Amino acid sequence: MSTVTIDTFVNGQRVTRQVAPRMTLAEFLRDDLGLTGTKVSCEMQVCGACTVLIDDMPVSACTYLAADADSRRITTVEGLAHSDELHPIQAAFVENFAIQCGFCTPGFVMMTAALLRENPAPTAEEVAEYMDGNICRCTGYKPILSAVLDAAERLRGTE
Amino acid sequence: MIPQRAGSSVYRVDGKDKVTGAARYAIDIKVPGMLHGHVVRSTRAHAKIVSIDVEEALSRPGVAAVVTGNDLTGLFPRFGHIIADHPILALDRVRYYGEPVALVVARTPYEAADAADDVRVHYEDLPVVITPEEALADGAPLLHETSYDSGDRSFAEARSEVGARTNVAHMAVLEWGDVEAGLREAAVVVESTVQFPMHYAYAMEPYNAIASFDNGMLEVISTAQHPFQVRDDLARIFSLPLNSVRVRSPLIGGGYGSKSYTKVEPLAAVAAWATGRPVRVALDVEGSIHTTRADSATIHVRSGFDADGRILAREFDILFNTGAYADNGPLVLTKCVHRCFGPYRIPNLRVRGRAVYTNTVPSSSYRGFGAPQGSFAGETNLDRAADILGIDPAQLRRINLVRPGEKHIPKRRGMDADLVADLDIVTSKLGWRNKPTAGRGIGFACSASDAGAFPLSTATVRILADGSVLVLTGSTEMGQGSKTALAQIAATELGVPLEKVQVVQSDTATTPYERTTGASRTTTLTGLAVQRACCDALSKMEEIAADVSGCRIEEVKTAEGVVAGPDFEYRFDQLVAEWFGGRQGEIVGHGVVRRAGDLEELPPFWEIGMVGVEVAVDEETGLVNVEHLVTVGDVGYAINPSLVEGQDLGAATQGLGGALFEQLIYDGPQLVNPNVVDYRVPRMKDMPRRISSVIVERQDGVGPYGAKGGGEGSLNPIAAAVAAAVARATGVWPDRLPLTAETVWGLIRADRQLPSDTNEVDDA
Ligand code: FES
Ligand code: FES
Repeated sequence: MSTVTIDTFVNGQRVTRQVAPRMTLAEFLRDDLGLTGTKVSCEMQVCGACTVLIDDMPVSACTYLAADADSRRITTVEGLAHSDELHPIQAAFVENFAIQCGFCTPGFVMMTAALLRENPAPTAEEVAEYMDGNICRCTGYKPILSAVLDAAERLRGTE
Repeated sequence: MIPQRAGSSVYRVDGKDKVTGAARYAIDIKVPGMLHGHVVRSTRAHAKIVSIDVEEALSRPGVAAVVTGNDLTGLFPRFGHIIADHPILALDRVRYYGEPVALVVARTPYEAADAADDVRVHYEDLPVVITPEEALADGAPLLHETSYDSGDRSFAEARSEVGARTNVAHMAVLEWGDVEAGLREAAVVVESTVQFPMHYAYAMEPYNAIASFDNGMLEVISTAQHPFQVRDDLARIFSLPLNSVRVRSPLIGGGYGSKSYTKVEPLAAVAAWATGRPVRVALDVEGSIHTTRADSATIHVRSGFDADGRILAREFDILFNTGAYADNGPLVLTKCVHRCFGPYRIPNLRVRGRAVYTNTVPSSSYRGFGAPQGSFAGETNLDRAADILGIDPAQLRRINLVRPGEKHIPKRRGMDADLVADLDIVTSKLGWRNKPTAGRGIGFACSASDAGAFPLSTATVRILADGSVLVLTGSTEMGQGSKTALAQIAATELGVPLEKVQVVQSDTATTPYERTTGASRTTTLTGLAVQRACCDALSKMEEIAADVSGCRIEEVKTAEGVVAGPDFEYRFDQLVAEWFGGRQGEIVGHGVVRRAGDLEELPPFWEIGMVGVEVAVDEETGLVNVEHLVTVGDVGYAINPSLVEGQDLGAATQGLGGALFEQLIYDGPQLVNPNVVDYRVPRMKDMPRRISSVIVERQDGVGPYGAKGGGEGSLNPIAAAVAAAVARATGVWPDRLPLTAETVWGLIRADRQLPSDTNEVDDA
């Protein structure tokens, strides 16, 4: 079978691999690199469980081809924190009880990272608008909204 | 209250792993040499299988096997804990569109999926029945010509003699008093019929399992909520003793009942058996929807009241569309039969429920378990009665609600909650005044579910040589927070810091027996088992201390992790070391919960649903917005209040999804929306504008510290509350769900064109 070579930075590390042309980024991350933090649910770009950042922009890894990640920077939930400490967004999710089963959590955490990069002080409405592509079936969202607003505050505090 | 102990909102113990991506779910686990199975699904709703041509698929690259029903000779080819009617792979006949017909096993998921296109199935069509009405009609095709009793007596509650072969999978009746007499005496009889749609739980991690055979032992890792029940089904399939089947459930990506009992595990297991290799079967969402849904229902209600609003009689007729196989449908129906009429004083009652086989996706458990369907019928009927009687609907409920200790079902546990007080919380939070406001409406509803399931739980607590503690339990962590709550209970009982406690769960070979993780039972029943295991471990510690020090056992006391006697004080680690010599060994305590003592009476507890909403309805578009949601978590004692709130809001949100958007739709023989684009679940934007989540703690449960279960209650009555609110906003009573803008717009229009009174009222 034909393959394509991709040369990427994943969570700050250079990764060069041969991949099948039809391989999705989610498969590449989960199966080839063992980065199983990125979750897959709907496979139709509606649930956001598979959200990762490509050059700091959020994408759905379930429908993004691994081949298209060539020469790009990929950040997954495993790469958000730079030390053993939780990233402020992650801490805010834990401390606001924004997690139940946790299957949606990596996607929400990454989407929050993208949002707060674009808009460090979002309103509740702006958060809900931005998160329209992320589904959580467990929490009822309110704790997630609180976590995002709390994370925004924490991040502003560190600047 | 000591921080971290029972009663405090400690952060989830699995929180850090879940936010960093380190948390492992079944789908994240790889087994060396693992092959991948792809399910070939039926493209007919009802047909004989004439032949299956697998040669071409077998010749495709990477394909190791194509397993069909024909290959199951020598095995027990079906599963089903109540009625063992569910073939692992279709056996000469398919009964619904999407039913597994073959499993292609290949090196990679792509190779398996590609080859699956080359499996040719030749069918001979049979007549199709999609609705219960069609299935019950004269001359309807029989879906099952034989009956298949699973023989498990612990499900006797859900078994009945249906008599001559019909498409009735299960019938359940509950009756007392004389309903006809009660209705004759009534000043007002209110009759209503509702339609409840098919729902899909949409747990975000789709069903998946890995199976392998190793030295005669079948090992399965799966998304099962009830690994012990799956173990039993697998043991029967392969004629293995229970000790030779090991089922493990790591963290589960959402369950809500939809992962209870056996799903894809037999598929993975027969593939592993056929190939001699470990095999993963991982479904996508469409495959998951074609595995299990929730029952749709048509429910007819008649209630008779005296002029003061006292209920004299209630009668329910419930018809469930249970799909092609029974799965847990009989139990869901039985629960609906016990939950539909509400926690009211009803002198005369008759409920008849029938679950009917049809050529649709099999239905099974989903959060609430028959209560959402039943409450929608029963509570809207009560609200309509309030209108007709001219009695405030809150007052009508107060008049009829059972009081603490009072039984609303003969021979069952008395009410372990103060329902009137709970209702008053809801109405006062909502600012309820029985005055119509155009475009706005308030609705509220109550329910009480016979929850907790059968009381059977065991737990083991191991105090290790360094003083750290292992809690072993067969219950699963699917998001509800059992890992955290059980750790809190153990930390409280043993008097050790929370970080010294590890909870290891759901492995049938190493963790002790747990019947199920469902029916909101874990904190109460598993919690009790953990509490008893801690108690057992501590009494062993005290015996050892007496032995080591030569004092009498009565002189030894344990508090805050210290075992003390007349002239000694040992920390746990010191005592273990002293007893065994060196820094080795452990002390093990075991806790058992069974139907005895406090738990003799069933149900173990009543799970209360007490909710209310205020909605705004746009008359032009029919759009319903939830302005205010009120939930009351009447949980006796909140081991972790934030987790309880999370359960209440999560349940209510799923309920709101069901009330407002969700519905699986059959158009002809197949589902038209088996995906989460067209099956719309709530998003963040749909959040109620205001949320009031109240926790009530009266320590009136049988669980640890007076706790009783939560997690389903706030879903159960919510559709009724929304329907009532919409009715009060629009002046029209909805009789079906979901209340999408289109439906509500249609209701308003139909009403405006036909302004006559459509209430079916008999004045006797
Ligand atoms: S799995 Fe990618 S958006 Fe749902
Ligand atoms: S926490 Fe389970 S789906 Fe969001």
